[in-house]
Amino acid sequence: MDMFALYNYWVVIFLMMTGFYVVIASGNLVKKIIGLNLFQASVFILYISMGKVSGGAAPILRETVQTYSNPLPHVLILTAIVVGVATTALGLALVVRIKEAYGTAEEDEIHSQDESL
Amino acid sequence: MTLTQLPALQVILPLIAAPVCLLLRSGRLAWLLSILVSTTALIIAVLLLRLVLENGTVIYSYGGWAAPWGIEYRVDIANAFVLAIVAGISTVVLLFSRVGVSYEIKSSDQSLFYTAYLLCLTGLLGMTATGDAFNLFVFLEISSLSSYVLIAMGPDRRGLTAAYQYLIMGTIGATFILIAVGLLYMVTGTLNMADLANRLPALAQSRTLRVAFAFLTVGIGLKLALFPLHLWLPNAYAYAPHVVSAFLAATATKVAVYVLLRFMYGVFGSSFTFDSMPLQFILMVLGALAVLSGSTIAVFQHNIKRMLGYSSVAQIGYMILGLSLASVSGLTATLVHLLNHALMKGGLFLAVACMAYQLGGVRLADLAGTGQRMPWTSAAFVVGGLSLIGVPLTAGFISKWMLVVAVLETGWWPLLIVIAAGSLLTVAYIWRVIEMIYFRSAATADGPPQEAHWSLLAPVWLLIAANIYFGIDTQWSVDVARLAAQLLFGVHA
Repeated sequence: MDMFALYNYWVVIFLMMTGFYVVIASGNLVKKIIGLNLFQASVFILYISMGKVSGGAAPILRETVQTYSNPLPHVLILTAIVVGVATTALGLALVVRIKEAYGTAEEDEIHSQDESL
Repeated sequence: MTLTQLPALQVILPLIAAPVCLLLRSGRLAWLLSILVSTTALIIAVLLLRLVLENGTVIYSYGGWAAPWGIEYRVDIANAFVLAIVAGISTVVLLFSRVGVSYEIKSSDQSLFYTAYLLCLTGLLGMTATGDAFNLFVFLEISSLSSYVLIAMGPDRRGLTAAYQYLIMGTIGATFILIAVGLLYMVTGTLNMADLANRLPALAQSRTLRVAFAFLTVGIGLKLALFPLHLWLPNAYAYAPHVVSAFLAATATKVAVYVLLRFMYGVFGSSFTFDSMPLQFILMVLGALAVLSGSTIAVFQHNIKRMLGYSSVAQIGYMILGLSLASVSGLTATLVHLLNHALMKGGLFLAVACMAYQLGGVRLADLAGTGQRMPWTSAAFVVGGLSLIGVPLTAGFISKWMLVVAVLETGWWPLLIVIAAGSLLTVAYIWRVIEMIYFRSAATADGPPQEAHWSLLAPVWLLIAANIYFGIDTQWSVDVARLAAQLLFGVHA
């Protein structure tokens, strides 16, 4: 069926919304980072999907192959994955520092501590 | 020819210097290297600006790969103007940090501070200079990640939560931009901005393109703190180290505004942006709300840096208003305000930093009686404040004047009420500070703090003097901004 022909885009949207929801709804700072990761992973899949040429082989030069998939989106997303790893590392490092400073990684508890000042 | 290498040098110098700073370990040496690199970047930016004013666009292709395949840096009047602002502010802030940083950052962390600072500078310059949409995303993340680090270095633990909040919102914004770039690549098969601009008009009815445009606008909106996506900004500015607040307030949001301009006018073209998409109305309403709500909230703040943060939200609103008019004069007003706001906010944040170092706090109550004890700093704050309000003979007046002229030209006269109300509210919150500085005596009389060190005062007054200079001699700023606006507008005219 047509609706499922582009199933990887449905996966992208599902993952994106799940990640986005976790970022917004979760009060735990680590869980927020996990949500952010899901959100970014969905974009990775979006890029990888768009590079696929139907009937195309992996983009490795061989004499027998006529059609190749587009390697550029894969290369681009490799960069974005690196950025994602850096963001996660920095986010988690911040959570560690926040935990040291406040003694908690729950958003509402941090908020109430700041309010009481 | 070395002149054509300038766009690349501009970005690569701070990028290489950043890890060197890390290796130097000594804060003083790292500062020396940073100021050297930043000054060189400023000289390059000025050379580039002169070059593009004389000969037109300068193009640099990385690795010799021609444009649609390779990454190219394309510097025209619009981004040369922004490059000069960023490099200039960065240099002045670094002049200030020689002494300033020692007040707020441990000496063992200072080389790390300069590493992050230079990376942030690299990102901002790269975003401005690049002519490649994906490259822009990469530099955006370089500047964002390093600015989260810089904000988290603040002495207050709330700096950590502010940096975390900014990280979450900034990453969502950057990922939105990434989605948009992907969708654009999907329909056009190119990432080069000039190439995109050629191919997009044929696709104006494509739904993918509209989705890409929406993602892009929201993503950049998050980065430039467009109302109501500004929630990260006041805390980030309030709890970052004072030097960082000055640097980010004067550069980061400005570059984001430039990126929005570049995409709206240079890539999508004004006819798509304003005719096919309902963006004019949306931006106008959001800009007006930003001016009114930002200024109103600023009136009720007790922390001066938070107050200036909300004031930034309002000032960004003015830039968005100018942009939403979809006319050359409106765009000129936005670009002029880009420069003028960088000068006034940079000056004000640095003046507040001087007060904070001497008085130990940035709450309004801490400033009582500062006028007698720190006359020079106080005077600098007053002049900066007047510029923020838009009093004649200051740079702020020129911005407001240009905006009012643009509004009258396009006939959106209800916006005049918004601009006037915003200015009145600015008077209110600046007056609260002035009253505290000059008309209240200090609560404690023991050992009155002295005037700030001259090496702190000099950069403050440099920016404040620039406010007055660009308020009187508008030839240069307005002319360059107008040329840049015509260039951005003319791409699809």
